[in-house]
Amino acid sequence: MAKLFPKEHIIGFLSSIALTIAALMVLYLDVSFAVKMTILLVTAGLQASLQLILFMHIGESKEKGTLYTNIIYALFVAVVTIFGSLFVLVWDWY
Amino acid sequence: MKWDEFFVLGDPMIYGAMVSIVAASMAIVVGLTYFKKWRWLRDEWLTTVDHKRIGIMYIICALLMLFRGGVDGLLMRGQLAMPENGFLDAQHYNEIFTTHGVIMILFMAMPFIIGLMNIVIPLQIGARDVAFPYLNAVSFWLFFAGAMLFNISFVIGGSPDAGWSAYFPLASTEFSPSVGNNYYAIAIQIAGIGTLMTGINFIVTILKMRAPGMTLLKMPMFTWSILITNVIIVFAFPVLTVALALMTLDRLFGTHFFSMTDGGMDMLWANLFWVWGHPEVYIVILPAFGIFSEVISTFSKKNLFGYKSMVASMVAISALSFLVWVHHFYTMGQGALSNSFFSITTMLIAVPTGVKIFNWLLTMYKGKIQFTTPMMYALGFIPIFTFGGITGVMLAMASADYQYHNTMFLVAHFHYVLIPGTVFGVLAGFYYWWPKIFGFMLDDKQGKRAFWWIAISFNVTFLPLFALGLKGMTRRTYTYSEESGFGPLNLLASIGSVGLAIGFILLVYNIYWSFRYAPRLNGNNDPWDARTLEWATHTPVPAYNFAITPEVSSVDTLWDEKLGKHKIFKGKLEEIHMPNTSFMPFWMAIAFFFWGFFMVFSWWIPAIIAVIPIVYFLFARSFSNDHGFHISAKELEEEEKKLRGETK
Repeated sequence: MAKLFPKEHIIGFLSSIALTIAALMVLYLDVSFAVKMTILLVTAGLQASLQLILFMHIGESKEKGTLYTNIIYALFVAVVTIFGSLFVLVWDWY
Repeated sequence: MKWDEFFVLGDPMIYGAMVSIVAASMAIVVGLTYFKKWRWLRDEWLTTVDHKRIGIMYIICALLMLFRGGVDGLLMRGQLAMPENGFLDAQHYNEIFTTHGVIMILFMAMPFIIGLMNIVIPLQIGARDVAFPYLNAVSFWLFFAGAMLFNISFVIGGSPDAGWSAYFPLASTEFSPSVGNNYYAIAIQIAGIGTLMTGINFIVTILKMRAPGMTLLKMPMFTWSILITNVIIVFAFPVLTVALALMTLDRLFGTHFFSMTDGGMDMLWANLFWVWGHPEVYIVILPAFGIFSEVISTFSKKNLFGYKSMVASMVAISALSFLVWVHHFYTMGQGALSNSFFSITTMLIAVPTGVKIFNWLLTMYKGKIQFTTPMMYALGFIPIFTFGGITGVMLAMASADYQYHNTMFLVAHFHYVLIPGTVFGVLAGFYYWWPKIFGFMLDDKQGKRAFWWIAISFNVTFLPLFALGLKGMTRRTYTYSEESGFGPLNLLASIGSVGLAIGFILLVYNIYWSFRYAPRLNGNNDPWDARTLEWATHTPVPAYNFAITPEVSSVDTLWDEKLGKHKIFKGKLEEIHMPNTSFMPFWMAIAFFFWGFFMVFSWWIPAIIAVIPIVYFLFARSFSNDHGFHISAKELEEEEKKLRGETK
């Protein structure tokens, strides 16, 4: 019975909700901008790794080549999108 | 809400559409009952998880949407044929160019491509189905629900009217108060979830289910193009998902992500839209490149020139496609530095594309060219697409773009890439793989007649738009004055669009005629004398695709077998494991449709109720214990004998 109970999934599910609530607290807490951004970045990082490890089973595959190609491509797209948007809409905006 | 807000009233054309929708639905119901086809519909189509049947359904939807979008195009050309024409009013014209764009890209090009990949990919890599057949059915039915939801907007509630790119602040509730743009946000979202799942499904299928011997660099070029396409889908579509979710929140719940006030940023929508939108262009064009590679190689009787450079250029395009999105809005206020950067990346994309053009030309060089209908589309594609590509480089220059931006020149440019690229591509694939699916060929003479009508009329329609754009005619204007001098060229373009319509009617007649009268292939599995694995199995293809797992020696493995270099089917018949059919994807999509419909009108209680079946089906699938069924070696042998015509 212990094996049938999806302990990891339940923990993952509950902690992803907890992290979301923690991120939402930024709206209600009276702290400085820097602290708010820190809270958001830390919870976002934790949330992403939680999803990848507990739900998407990253690292359980034997084919490391595919995995690393995938991660590099994903990072490339994410970095280009985020910094490209900042570049166009903030840094280089008239 | 009053009835006159719910139904779109007051326009005779819309009344006509309502009557024809009701009449067509009744005709379908009566027809199915009269011919006792309900059970056939359920067992063979609605519950199927077979990739070939799902592919056929995608293509039927795509053809229907081609005609819906085509009628939109004809209405636009009708309105613009003469100066100060009163055929359509401004609002109606806005709705029509919006739905024309959305339908042609998302509900015509996408399903046509996904349909072809569904039919061809498992056959071409020697697999029995896709990796997740059930998920594949979910993908299709979600696409179907999204497409239907989008299409009812023009009779119920009103169509979206802010352009297919739905720029803010125009698309906000402040400037577009009707429910039209809610349809846009929610219908595309539902279809987009389906597309995203297709992306994952096909990446896994291609990476994991190739026949023994087929290494990555022995995959046929169409398979390569589909792999790259699906990688782009998986990385680009989440951006659209997020952008549409934010749009939904803005429009339905009063948030301010894209508003002009309260810290919102209207430009962020355009930015996110094109972060998805530009890769999307390559999602619809790369599969066409793959199809042309197969067609040109088959009908030149040569292997593809520069296989590795083809692969490398596609991988380069997949990365570059994420680096160019700002060229869609050079004029929106960012500085010269970012415009220069994106100008250069945009021009860079012409390099791998040019490599591909030369590879096709060199594949044909000294080849024994057969002028079949699919080859005609491929041959027509090369010069016309090059035209579109070169005007693309013109548009890529940011400083010059200030002249071209939002003019008919741009409209001409993207029709010059999308029609010869995507439309000719899928039509070439359609003619090429048709005999594999249905066991007879589409009549070649009629096919060529339709091709010439389409190719010539296409140029008559869109070539004048280059000139009109340079003269200063802006896009998305519903009328123009006589003094502007735009009249004659617009009339010429409108005449061309009638020719295009005739071309597509001839194409449909070609299908109809061939269904009734074309000679059946009767056991001829390889009517084109082709080169790849899909032509090695029976025609029409049995449900299990290959009785014996094929073994692959090279890119053109069937051709090698014809030359006697190796044998594809070496093993013996073994038991085959097949997935069971399921009604759940269909019903789940129906629930999604109603959920979307209630969300569009902000009817919260019904929307929440519609979520219940969706969650139920997700749980039901999670806890279901369905292991499929097996075809024993003995049954397989009998079936194979029947297919070879040895027994009746």
